[in-house]
Amino acid sequence: MTALQLHKDLSRIWGSDKGWCGIFTTVNHTTIGKRFIVTALFYFGVAGILSMLIRAQLATPASAFVGPDVYNQLFTMHGSIMMFLFAIPMFEGLAMYLLPKMLGARDMAFPRLSALGWWCYFFGGAILLVALLVGAAPDGGWFMYTPLSDKVHTPGINADVWLLGVTFVEISAMCAAIEIITSILILRAPGMRLDRMPLFAWYLLVTAGMMLFAFPPLILGSILLEIERAFGWPFYSIDKGGDPLLWQHLFWLFGHPEVYIIFLPAAGAISTILPVMARTPIIGYGWIVGAILSLAFLSFGLWVHHMFTTGIPSMALAFFSAASGLVAIPTGVQIFAWLGTLWEGRPQLKLPMLYLIGFFVVFVIGGLTGVMLAMVPFDVQAHDTAFVTAHLHYVLVGGFVFPMLAAAYYWLPHIIGRLGIFRLGEAAFWMIFVGFNLTFFLMHLTGLLGMPRRVETYSGETGWAWLNLISSIGGFVMAFGFALFVIDVGLQIFLGRQASRNPWGAGTLEWSMPRGSPVYNFASLPDVQSREPLHDEPDLAPSLARGEGWLGMARAGRRETLAVDPVSGEARSIVILPGNSAFPFVMACCLAGFFLSMLFSLYPLAPVFLVGVTVIGWMWLWKGGRTRDLGVIEAADGKTLPVHDEAPQPPAWWATTLALAASGTLLVSLLFGFSFLWTVAPAWPPQIRMEAALGELIVAAAGLVLAGLGVRMATTAVRQGAGPRARGLPLLMAMAGQALGVAALISTLILRAPPPSGHAYAAILWILFCYAIFHGALALLGLAFVFLRGRRGYISARRSAAIQSVRLWSDYGSVVTLIALGVGMISAVV
Amino acid sequence: MQRSLVPISILGLAGCAGDLSILDPAGPAAASIAQLWWVMLAGSALLCAVVFIPLGLAFRRRPKARPRGTRFWIIGLGLGMTGAVLTALMIYAFFVGLRTIPLPAPAVVRISAEADQYNWTFRHPGAGPEDVIEVEGILHLPAGRPVDLSVSATDVIHAFWAPRLAGKIDAIPGHDNILRLVADQPGIYRGQCAEYCGTGHSAHVFSVVVHSPDSWARFTGQEP
Repeated sequence: MTALQLHKDLSRIWGSDKGWCGIFTTVNHTTIGKRFIVTALFYFGVAGILSMLIRAQLATPASAFVGPDVYNQLFTMHGSIMMFLFAIPMFEGLAMYLLPKMLGARDMAFPRLSALGWWCYFFGGAILLVALLVGAAPDGGWFMYTPLSDKVHTPGINADVWLLGVTFVEISAMCAAIEIITSILILRAPGMRLDRMPLFAWYLLVTAGMMLFAFPPLILGSILLEIERAFGWPFYSIDKGGDPLLWQHLFWLFGHPEVYIIFLPAAGAISTILPVMARTPIIGYGWIVGAILSLAFLSFGLWVHHMFTTGIPSMALAFFSAASGLVAIPTGVQIFAWLGTLWEGRPQLKLPMLYLIGFFVVFVIGGLTGVMLAMVPFDVQAHDTAFVTAHLHYVLVGGFVFPMLAAAYYWLPHIIGRLGIFRLGEAAFWMIFVGFNLTFFLMHLTGLLGMPRRVETYSGETGWAWLNLISSIGGFVMAFGFALFVIDVGLQIFLGRQASRNPWGAGTLEWSMPRGSPVYNFASLPDVQSREPLHDEPDLAPSLARGEGWLGMARAGRRETLAVDPVSGEARSIVILPGNSAFPFVMACCLAGFFLSMLFSLYPLAPVFLVGVTVIGWMWLWKGGRTRDLGVIEAADGKTLPVHDEAPQPPAWWATTLALAASGTLLVSLLFGFSFLWTVAPAWPPQIRMEAALGELIVAAAGLVLAGLGVRMATTAVRQGAGPRARGLPLLMAMAGQALGVAALISTLILRAPPPSGHAYAAILWILFCYAIFHGALALLGLAFVFLRGRRGYISARRSAAIQSVRLWSDYGSVVTLIALGVGMISAVV
Repeated sequence: MQRSLVPISILGLAGCAGDLSILDPAGPAAASIAQLWWVMLAGSALLCAVVFIPLGLAFRRRPKARPRGTRFWIIGLGLGMTGAVLTALMIYAFFVGLRTIPLPAPAVVRISAEADQYNWTFRHPGAGPEDVIEVEGILHLPAGRPVDLSVSATDVIHAFWAPRLAGKIDAIPGHDNILRLVADQPGIYRGQCAEYCGTGHSAHVFSVVVHSPDSWARFTGQEP
């Protein structure tokens, strides 16, 4: 087969649907990745305009440009949009676009999940954007501290917009986390051992892992606050056993790792671009991987440094201060690895490198002020002043925006196949760099002179006026710089000259693709022998295009890519990916219906949409799979492999495990909240406790045994190739077990638990039980699913992937049922 | 006196003075924190030089030097230097911190502050053991004596901050947080809410009147 024929066949198989309906059904990672990037840039512009309005208001003392009600919406939305609608989606887009191309795969592990993530982002972002346009935007700060954000102090819809809109968008973050981890761990080119992975993939692997554990506390906190606002269950109100500090803990448990979630992908881009610019391999690959891992670990231990002034005991302050300072060490390791790489190489001052120099200067200053703020005595002075505003912009603009601008110029020739022709990029750099420092450098002094954050006006006697005027002028210079950047990129897209295949002389696989990235990425997948495969084999690209690597064929209209062993990178199976699908769009519409009915207090409608979500989810999973075994099939010349659902630990197994890890984090956060309130909140212990529910506990324990035994017997029966009856009966037994568990939970809630609106004790227990009921119901659905799949012939001894995943769901459902009842029992008697 | 350690006028930063300036301290806690700031600023300037000078030189054409590798860059600078600087700073900051926390001291005056949207109510000890002198918007302090301010709030979270005297502490409903305040000299100082508390946040301010011993005695009614 010729390269051209292969290109035509693969393009047909991997292409999006033709016409307008392709917009709604495409699942291709290149398209979805670009969508994320473009949408994120749009929101960067929106949040940028808001910041201009903020600077216009602050430019002069006693300004009457906007009043406090509008100003509060401005800074709340500036922060929220930059965090949730720009930074996170931006790196998700970059990851989705680049990862498969760098790792030598044809798509992400769960293409439909990528599409669902984007649609959730699109709808959730739209809710926030519309609220902004009609003047009903959130105004409680991007941190939404209670009691200011509760129903008493924010009676309008504003806070609900934040809680529901942001949670909606977070669905896309959770989807991305699961998908990025799975893709990096198993969808790589054969031979790409973990220690041969591009550093970019290491950074994203760790980032996605952090998202998996950082977002659940915020999601939980938002759910609790929304339920408190909507139904009056007390979690944060002090007179009914709640505590506003619980919100702060949950928020910053997310909020601090969030900073590293934003910085690490950008650092990954730096570790990719900088050695290419320096024309030498990066020094200290292993050290950098160690630094990333320790950053991730440490970042979960320092959320309290946002709460140094909340009256936390001095010993705890010392511990969290030390942990916060310690973060400087892995950061220092990376900075000096990059600096050493530049020093030992022959760096060229090309455009991406110029932006990386901007990164160095801005980020190092931000890091140093960060160490200052980690010192408790200094923080209690500088906290909530303009000094912190300056610090966080140095860290985030230095640590994210400058590297992203470098990444834009570095990968634009890959994305559009063209090079820049004008020197506007340089001019844009200088305007952004000078404007940025003009805005924020002196703002440190503004803070030291006592200007607090989030004030819409100040008097001329304070001595802050000239500083604020300079900051405002700098802000507008920076804004023009960004406008110039957009114009430059536009010119490059439409007028740029053709780029060669590998214009920078890089060594990573994405540069072995034909220009303009074909929908299938690689006509055949390479065998990777080093960290920079393109430097080993300069002729790799044409050889791959001729189909001389793995899977160099267009077979049976199937979208095929390879799965490898996570550590050794040996080829293990052929993954058949799903094609174009409308499910992600329809699912996101149902979710949007749910969130909107919550937002407008149409509570009877909400369950209808949840039923819709369940039905779509069922159909989504039902599609695909086969009623006959494929056995081992050809993967390359003389090599055969099984397909993924006939091999152990397929992508779905990873997704299940990761989703359960995230859900487990939510449960742990809830239990943390329970014990926190019990020990810290004033109105404890509660007057009315739950009654002991020994009978229910015994029923649930029996359910656990039935479910556990049933699902195991069913798995064994499937493995031994038993008939439908021998598989079906144990599954029915497992379903009965799960049903017993759910019944025990419901009975305890109705008969023995106090009403949830009286005290935080009861409210938390209700949430805990509802969580367990949810997981029990999910396990029931899963068991019913494999039961019916088995009867239709979709399950065999080889095709047992579904039952493995359902076993995890079922076991988790049983365990959380028991945990809920156990915690309820203990709380009833102590 | 701590302030002599920070010769502000010599540094030519007369602009650092101001009613709310952290850099113009008027009490021991604020003074030692200001000193911490100047030390950290000097250290940061040095560290910037350590990064920016090699960054600039890396782009100069130069004869290929013997590669220094990970030993120098990562172990030496990344781990070694960062770790050493950090350790020294943390020990120093720990001792600064000790000077700001409410350790037991003789003759501590106890005053309470209660914040709401958008007022400050201060309750001072009066002549008798049960007497309370309640003042809105103005906190009265005796000069030179340690004061433990018990800070709380009735509606949303606020924060008490009189920058020239000490760091800030949050005013949280349901919690009583203690802030140690010592003012060196009699005078009038300013303070403001530091935690965003709604549309009146920017005007949520208060004054601090620091009394000489005589004046304090008159204020509390405890005539000497």
